[in-house]
Amino acid sequence: MNTLPKKTSTSLLSGVKLTCIREERLLFDELSLQIHAGDIVQVEGPNGSGKTSLLRILSGLSQPYDGQVHYQGQSISRCREEYQQNLLYFGHLSGVKGEMTAEENLNFNLALHGNNTEDSLAYLAKVNLLGFEDSLASHLSAGQHRRIALARLYQSSAPIWILDEPFTAIDKQGVASLEKLFIEHANRGGCVILTTHQDLISIKPEQVKKIVLDYSS
Amino acid sequence: MTLEAQSVQSTENLPAQTNNPIPSSQPLSYRRAFMLVLKRDLTIAMRHKDDIINPLLFFVIVITLFPLGIGPEAQTLSRIAPGIIWVAALLATLLSLDRLFKSDHHDGSLEQMLLSPHPIFLLVLAKIFAHWLITGLPLILIAPLLAVLLHLDENSYGALVFTLLLGTPVLSLLGAVGVALTVGIKKGGVLLSLLVLPLYIPVLIFATSAIDTAALGLPYSGQLAIIAALFFGSLSLAPFAVGAALKVSTN
Amino acid sequence: MWKWLHPYANPEVSYHFTNKLLPWLSALAALFLGIGLVWALLFAPADYQQGHSFRIFYVHVPAASLSMGIYFAMAIAAFSSLVWQLKLADASAAAMAPVGAAFTAIALITGAAWGKPMWGTWWIWDARLTSELILLFLYLGVIALHNAFEDKNLAGKAAGILTLVGVINIPIIKYSVDWWNTLHQGSTVSKLGKPSMSLDMLWPFIICFIGFSLLVGVIICLRFRNEILARNSIRPWVRELVQQNTVK
Repeated sequence: MNTLPKKTSTSLLSGVKLTCIREERLLFDELSLQIHAGDIVQVEGPNGSGKTSLLRILSGLSQPYDGQVHYQGQSISRCREEYQQNLLYFGHLSGVKGEMTAEENLNFNLALHGNNTEDSLAYLAKVNLLGFEDSLASHLSAGQHRRIALARLYQSSAPIWILDEPFTAIDKQGVASLEKLFIEHANRGGCVILTTHQDLISIKPEQVKKIVLDYSS
Repeated sequence: MTLEAQSVQSTENLPAQTNNPIPSSQPLSYRRAFMLVLKRDLTIAMRHKDDIINPLLFFVIVITLFPLGIGPEAQTLSRIAPGIIWVAALLATLLSLDRLFKSDHHDGSLEQMLLSPHPIFLLVLAKIFAHWLITGLPLILIAPLLAVLLHLDENSYGALVFTLLLGTPVLSLLGAVGVALTVGIKKGGVLLSLLVLPLYIPVLIFATSAIDTAALGLPYSGQLAIIAALFFGSLSLAPFAVGAALKVSTN
Repeated sequence: MWKWLHPYANPEVSYHFTNKLLPWLSALAALFLGIGLVWALLFAPADYQQGHSFRIFYVHVPAASLSMGIYFAMAIAAFSSLVWQLKLADASAAAMAPVGAAFTAIALITGAAWGKPMWGTWWIWDARLTSELILLFLYLGVIALHNAFEDKNLAGKAAGILTLVGVINIPIIKYSVDWWNTLHQGSTVSKLGKPSMSLDMLWPFIICFIGFSLLVGVIICLRFRNEILARNSIRPWVRELVQQNTVK
């Protein structure tokens, strides 16, 4: 069982002197950051400034050139399974298989991360996919793929959400309900780290912490 | 049938705690995580039957080409049959390896698997096992028929099936390392064969020699034992190499 | 040992260390190779059976054993890079691969050239030559994989994993090829069949061997230096170095 840490001085997730070099280009150098329970963090920067790289490094998918990521004060390479138990990462790619139906996709994603699959239809309803649960995902649109993947958020037990462009190909109504979900999640003691090119509508600016990447050399 | 039972079980055993503010989760047991991935890969393969049939057709066609290229004399053919069947099996496996991680890498589900709270070697092992069931097993089933076309010595049929049974998993395991290394590269196909084929040489040597020995009516358990050793060796080491390689490829 | 090793994990320090090492290493390599090759090719006695064609042995055998040795060195570098995250180990493995491939190719070509007078044909499926050929494939695989990645850091890691898989396989491949060879040919013609080499032949051989090893060391150091510079091109000390050299 996960008892979420209260807002204490130890941060939920922190980056220590992260350096990222991609194709011999320095994206960021010695970047340190601390993310606490209850935070909504928006990573900003122009295209190619390393937003995705930062999120992938924080999630543990990529290794930084230098520096470390800590989960509750412990390096994530040392507590990989515990960290991943508490992490939900949503990348550019939705991870939806065309050969499986919407419901099968969601169920697999939920089960893989150890979540309950009983109410998956209800979650599909929340992302407006009711009636599509038995269609093969290959017959659905890109936006619907992303919504299948995002449906996992409604059942996620992970306190740390790292979301790379979650609003891409999502309609206005969907964006609003996702934002509501983020606020709820933060209030429950989780944290959300996201990138987006759209302005946040219902999340007030004072609720959002910003990390701006514009290292140019 | 076991697969269906499995899925029912997995929903039963998970605690239903929908009233909690944040629903809690427990990582699946190793066995259930393995079955989950295995079932998924088999489902996908069953809905995408080309992936099963095409390597098999390739196997059949390559073997038919040899008598056409060499001549139909039964004696020559039966002399080279073990080599032909095994080389064709190597190439067919090589051809089918691409589907092991490629589509998962393209649509992002590989990332999600790497980020799941399970040991990577376990998921990798499930995927490789599924791959072998889909491509290795049909190969074994059809090989005796093709052996008839090549006039393989009658004593050798048992050896052929046994070597394929022990050898094709080795091909899948070693091949998985190669695919995992090349899955992020745009033109990885040709590179894959360069990486993987040299590693297949020991299996080829011992398997064909076992079949040859069987044709002489001699015991071939020594060669089988070596292939079995190769199997267990690669079974215990390859999944870790694949896991490390996938981490590099998704980086 | 860690305290002693630690400064060399810094790319700048090891660059300058390699720089200082190179002249000494090159001088020694030139000395040993000069003495060894002149002695071996001009003064050492000809073999009573094979005549002068035997002299290719002084190149072939060092090349063949160095080709294996470099692969093992690469595997050690790959291992330390993967386990201890030593970035320089990656650079050294990358520096070694083409050198190893070149020596494997030299061993193959000299082997074939030696085979012509001995067996009357350029190529026979001799166990040693076959293993050497497969080793060449392994080298080429590592190099090709290294080149296929755009990011040098990832390239090093991927090539490292392949090197380790290869090094586990080399003994198995070697054993299986030996076994296959005895199976299909009865008895192999062994090149090193003589019970003992006469001292007249042994001494130049040892000197040649040391000379070739030093030569390998020199080439690897040169390539290692370049790899360090290429991998640290955004670091200030590299930029200063470039500026200094262009001002001259």
